[in-house]
Amino acid sequence: MMHGGIQAIANAPQERAANSSVVLRRLLGYLKPFRRELLFVLVLVLISAASQALGPYLIGRAIDGAIGAGNGAALDQTMLLLLAVYVVGAIASRAQFVAIGAIGQRTLARLRVEIFSTVQRLSLRFFDRQPAGDLMSRLVNDTDVLNQLFSQGLIQVLGSVFGLAGILIAMLALDWRLALASFIVIPAMLLLTRLFARLSRRAFRRARESLGDVSSDIQEEIAGVKIAQAFNRTGVNQQRFAQRNAANRDANVNATAITSAFTPAIDVLSSVATAIVAGYGGYLALGGTISIGVVIAFLTYVQRFFQPIQSISAFYTTAQASLAAAERIFELLDTPPDLTDAPGAKPMPPIAGQVVFDHVSFSYGARPGSEGSTQTLTLNDVSLVAEPGETVAIVGPTGAGKTTLVNMLGRFYDVDAGAVLIDGIDIRSVTRASLRAQMGVVLQDSFLFAGTIAENIRYGRLDATDAEVEAAARAAYAHDFITRLPQGYATPLGERGGTLSQGQRQLLGIARAILANPRILILDEATSSVDTRSELLIQNALKSLLKGRTSFVIAHRLSTIRDADQVLVMQAGQIVERGTHDELLARGGAYAELYRRQFHESVPA
Amino acid sequence: MKSLQRVFIYLKPYWLIAFGALISLLLVTASSLVSPQVLRLILDQGISQGDRATLLWASLLLIGVALVRALFSFTQGYWSEKAAQSVAYELRNALFSKLENLSFSYHDQAQTGQLMTRITSDVEQVRTFISGGMLQVVSALALLVGSLAALFSTNWKLALITLLTVPAMAAVIARFMRIVRPMFSQVQKKLGALNTVLQENLAGIRVVQAFAREPYEAERYTKLNGELLDANLQTIRGLASSFPMIFFISNLGTLAVIWFGGHQVIDRTLSLGELVAFNTYLSLLIMPIMMLGMIIAQISRAGVSAERIFEVLDAQSEVHDRPGAQPLTAVRGRVAFEGVSFRYAGGERNVLDHVSFVAEPGQTVAIMGITGSGKSTIINLIPRFYDVTTGRVTIDGSDIRDVTLESLRDQIGIVLQDTTLFSGTIRDNIAYGRPDASDADVEAAARAAQAHEFITGFTEGYATIVGERGVGLSGGQKQRIAIARALLRNPRILILDDSTSAVDAETEFQIQQALQELMHGRTSFVIAQRISTVRDADLILLLDAGTIAAQGTHDELLRTSALYGEIIDSQFGGQHQDEAELVFA
Repeated sequence: MMHGGIQAIANAPQERAANSSVVLRRLLGYLKPFRRELLFVLVLVLISAASQALGPYLIGRAIDGAIGAGNGAALDQTMLLLLAVYVVGAIASRAQFVAIGAIGQRTLARLRVEIFSTVQRLSLRFFDRQPAGDLMSRLVNDTDVLNQLFSQGLIQVLGSVFGLAGILIAMLALDWRLALASFIVIPAMLLLTRLFARLSRRAFRRARESLGDVSSDIQEEIAGVKIAQAFNRTGVNQQRFAQRNAANRDANVNATAITSAFTPAIDVLSSVATAIVAGYGGYLALGGTISIGVVIAFLTYVQRFFQPIQSISAFYTTAQASLAAAERIFELLDTPPDLTDAPGAKPMPPIAGQVVFDHVSFSYGARPGSEGSTQTLTLNDVSLVAEPGETVAIVGPTGAGKTTLVNMLGRFYDVDAGAVLIDGIDIRSVTRASLRAQMGVVLQDSFLFAGTIAENIRYGRLDATDAEVEAAARAAYAHDFITRLPQGYATPLGERGGTLSQGQRQLLGIARAILANPRILILDEATSSVDTRSELLIQNALKSLLKGRTSFVIAHRLSTIRDADQVLVMQAGQIVERGTHDELLARGGAYAELYRRQFHESVPA
Repeated sequence: MKSLQRVFIYLKPYWLIAFGALISLLLVTASSLVSPQVLRLILDQGISQGDRATLLWASLLLIGVALVRALFSFTQGYWSEKAAQSVAYELRNALFSKLENLSFSYHDQAQTGQLMTRITSDVEQVRTFISGGMLQVVSALALLVGSLAALFSTNWKLALITLLTVPAMAAVIARFMRIVRPMFSQVQKKLGALNTVLQENLAGIRVVQAFAREPYEAERYTKLNGELLDANLQTIRGLASSFPMIFFISNLGTLAVIWFGGHQVIDRTLSLGELVAFNTYLSLLIMPIMMLGMIIAQISRAGVSAERIFEVLDAQSEVHDRPGAQPLTAVRGRVAFEGVSFRYAGGERNVLDHVSFVAEPGQTVAIMGITGSGKSTIINLIPRFYDVTTGRVTIDGSDIRDVTLESLRDQIGIVLQDTTLFSGTIRDNIAYGRPDASDADVEAAARAAQAHEFITGFTEGYATIVGERGVGLSGGQKQRIAIARALLRNPRILILDDSTSAVDAETEFQIQQALQELMHGRTSFVIAQRISTVRDADLILLLDAGTIAAQGTHDELLRTSALYGEIIDSQFGGQHQDEAELVFA
């Protein structure tokens, strides 16, 4: 009986690196620090392969020289030798296992760090092209594939290659005729393995695809079950699910037919080899050409053909997928940093808060997959001045460039033309870290990290004391709801703050910004509706946040706009109007139109 | 384990193939036990005694036995998998139907991920148990007993000596199960933590960069990465003392056989062929021991999975048709709440408390109040997503619990705040509630919902694929498709959760027009977010902590309710009560 490993081969990811040799060389480069350990591993591998090959040989010799000759003392001698061979082999293979595994895991750990620091220095421009979710799942998958290679593939394949070589050499040394005769099954096994791998790969792909249908059906239905019930659709949905479910069952049964045939087929080949050894070997033994001990040794050897062949076939697929994964990882590591500190960049001195946009233009460049013209400038010759402490409200339709404008301030992107000046200093001439240290950002959806509430607020300033954290929470009107939670500030937040309401998350985002005490504040007001009470809290919290800082607000709330020192109305990358709320209303232009639209029938009768 | 027994009920319709698999398995085991005997024949009679004829036919017999074994091992693998896949199919169907029909109160408490796991990986565990574990136990036991019998009948002294390896082997496997396997979950946990940091740094990159927290994050990551490395190295060491150890012990078994057996051959109490056959049986003995260790763990996992599956299948749906429920026909649309109280299962207080009101046919009812005041509960009671705790809800005078669910919900159109669209074409989504609707009807609904224009703007038009695998629609577009979906059903009663999501002013305007079209001539319930809706409503329900604090028209309430004035003030624009919340997006 053999293990049906065809499934593992068939299920391995099917990919090839575009440039295998380059990738391989670079991947091997990571092994350089382990040169001495690798030499050690090589010695160990040779020892354990030798012990594998020596076992049956010694048994054969015991049978011929000791048992057959009736020599008990010789038997004891040979058996002690065999025991020594087994012990040395066991020690060597254990040490080899640990050594290869350690090298692999250390290499992987180093790669992980490199990936992480690359991710950190990537600019937002990179993430605009590549959704974070996609990148994440790719990175996780790719490192996982490499982990497979390092933790299992490498160990198995090294043992298999050398083990098989050892067995073949021992067989040839014992008797070349019988060896060659029994080798006949090896190419057959190889061919059969490849054939089945191809057949079952196709079958398993179908099974996987049908499983994809089933699980997306389930996911969708669970998420949308209320709609399904409301629209009386449950019957139709059950029918469709049963169909897809049946398709999945049939695809799996088909795939099973192939894998179920594989193991017996190999078993038959293995028995053919045994029969050859027994029949032809017996014939040779009867003729006196070889001894019966050789036949018995051969019987053991031929049982050990298949395992390494299977490992090697599996490794071939794993290795291909690993190279493809490594290639993608290297590609990421090689992404040139598009935002760097200028050589000789100085730290930004303490900011007073004057912000000037001097004829700033910017475009995201050709973005694959984006709709519409790629040529248009996202910001087109934008100029503005905000004095220290002023609040600047930015309004306009989606896609007008509001977010891009505020992103220029923290140098998340670099301008294509013009300049952004803070206190008269071009922000490209200072270090980004020192610039951002004096700025604060509150986004629409406050991003919360896995950790406690206190940790999330403290994200604004790591050395803040508990008292300061609490003071910030109070100023953000978050203290009340926090202390109502059973664990208070120590409440752990699930991934992305799932346990809190939208409004509460916004308050935490505000508290974080208050704690950071930035000189310049960027605020993207949330559009989604929260209940009245939270809304009032948020408005009050924002007031305490905005006070005394130069603030840029992508505004959605009338109260914010009304209180702003200047309102910028943006359309298609340009500032089309500017002034206070009252001035703009009086002007009767774009702003007044936006305003009227909003209140089309609510104006007092 | 009781749950696992229950799984067998699902296996019943497939008993024939399951039985076939079992018979095949026993035949495979038997043929495995025969092979060493043939080998013994070859060595003792063929080679040792120079019997060429025996040598030839016994060698061919080896291949013959292998062919028989191959045939039955195929049928065993195929049939057992077929039975297992069929059971998995039945279980999934049962789970799916159950989930589709469980009432809202169940889904409120269940987590999507959890349910997903049950219907996918838990079913998968049970399937592997049926195709693998269950039969493997039989196979392992048969092989174990068979090889032991063969060993002892050949030479009991030698058998006893070789049996010494069994406890050693069992100890290594037990150690592996107890110590090494938990290490894997440790590694998974560390990896999960590490990936969370990576995930946060990808998704929250703006926050990280904005607060210049790169060094802090890097430190966090490096620390977790170090911990992961340590866990990995520990696991490798654990594995290293398991697998090479097992091989070593099995080698020691061989050594014992040859050594002591060799002496017996010298003493002429054992033949050489018996010695070789003995050695082969020994290798047959080792496999079931290794397998049993793995299977025990697998069975306990499958048991837990089966329990979780039946937990869902046994869940009671609170809302179901009463025996003898009649279909609700020809609705005029008078909806009345008569002293309705509602409390969630396990809840401590009433979410609705003695709520009474009447909506006449064609009226628009606006429902106002802060989050948690019971607005959504009211609209959820009308289509019987939940059943009232006390009191009753009537439509045209008949208690909605006396009519069939299907006929009730057929009369009701719903646009929820969460506009879930399903994978499929836009047409499929609009026709969701009426799959047999004609193309003309679908288009008419889309036009009325102000959606026709943007739909035809897509190259594929109504055939455009949306949902998870399709094009992304904006919030406003989704909302309009949801409105068209409700319109197409031409319901007598309409329920709207009219919350503004992030849409720009232009879209906002269009959605509102679509909604007005939708409400025309139907009894409508609207969770109101817009001043315009509230002002035009025939009846406003002002909810406060589950009770109706005030009801009436806009003008009436302005005069009579201080709370109403307050809410209008805070919700719709500070001191200017005539201005709605401005949403410039």
